[in-house]
Amino acid sequence: MRIVLVGSGRMLYFLAKRFVSKNFQVVVVTANEAEARSLARDVKARVLLGDGTTPLLLRDAEAGRADTLLALLPADEDNLVACQVAQRMFDVPRVVSLVNDPDNVELFERLGITTTFSATELLAQVIEERTSTSGVMALLPLAGGRAHVTEVVVPPGAPAAGRRVRDLSLPGGALIATVLRGERLLVPSGETELAPGDQLILISEPQDHGAFLRLLLGEHA
Amino acid sequence: MNVPARYVAVIGCGRLGSTIASALSQQGESVVVIDREEAAFSNLSAEYSGFRIQGDAAELSVLREAKLDRADLVCAAADRDNLNLFVAQAARELFGVGRVAARLFDPTRQPVFEEVDVLTVSPTMLAAEAFLSVIQAGDG
Repeated sequence: MRIVLVGSGRMLYFLAKRFVSKNFQVVVVTANEAEARSLARDVKARVLLGDGTTPLLLRDAEAGRADTLLALLPADEDNLVACQVAQRMFDVPRVVSLVNDPDNVELFERLGITTTFSATELLAQVIEERTSTSGVMALLPLAGGRAHVTEVVVPPGAPAAGRRVRDLSLPGGALIATVLRGERLLVPSGETELAPGDQLILISEPQDHGAFLRLLLGEHA
Repeated sequence: MNVPARYVAVIGCGRLGSTIASALSQQGESVVVIDREEAAFSNLSAEYSGFRIQGDAAELSVLREAKLDRADLVCAAADRDNLNLFVAQAARELFGVGRVAARLFDPTRQPVFEEVDVLTVSPTMLAAEAFLSVIQAGDG
């Protein structure tokens, strides 16, 4: 795997280190001279100093041979252009971008950036869901959003409380993966009876997600 | 008979943006100009009668505030190429603006934007052509 990282900051450093440890061929492009020097010293990667959104630097970074380009710049417009230049001038098959303003995700996706992630959005979700009263916490989307992993706590009086899994008639794209009851972790079968206070890890397809939660939690979903 | 005024959004109110915005406003077009720096608006001519919005044009909320969806034309004339490219593509893709032009200092990125239907204007290339034509005229 050949990967080009364009960016700055601690995230760039830790990702570069991590990819190197997985034996990826890593090229790092940063516009900050002091950072370039410390990366060159501390990480076993090729480090280039310059504007990673230009064809000139990406050619030096041998983007034409890369499998993936990852854009981690602080300004969304710079990430967008780095990805587009990589994709359209160097045929990089996979371009992944940090999107700082969650509002911009749609534009990036429409313009064909393979994968976007918004740290702002993820953190906001964690905080908002932790503070919500419903006891539902979205953990992460899997397989490019084709499956969701969710953690829920069964509240007293919820439809799932006191019922066997098989009696819940769950939709096809929905699975209760584990049940954490006190200190015990159960892998439920159809016979498992759910109890109030059970902490469930759910895996579901997006189209069944809402119905799944309502079946388990009723008005608490 | 009056030709209805067009609505034009100009991004960046430096020397180029303010000149374009002032000229269009004087011609009777309805103009909005966006810049991050309040002080930049002092570049506009005294006759400028359009709107001014202070904000980062890379934020879609700022572009929405400028009612880009109603713009007939967007001129991305900020002093950063990537900002211009971002705004130009957002104008085309999200706001459905018919005509979009972007200033690009660095002409090497131009090939990327030919396929997205954004007209790019490169001051470097324009100046180079002007110089070359002066030199060639001298040769003749």
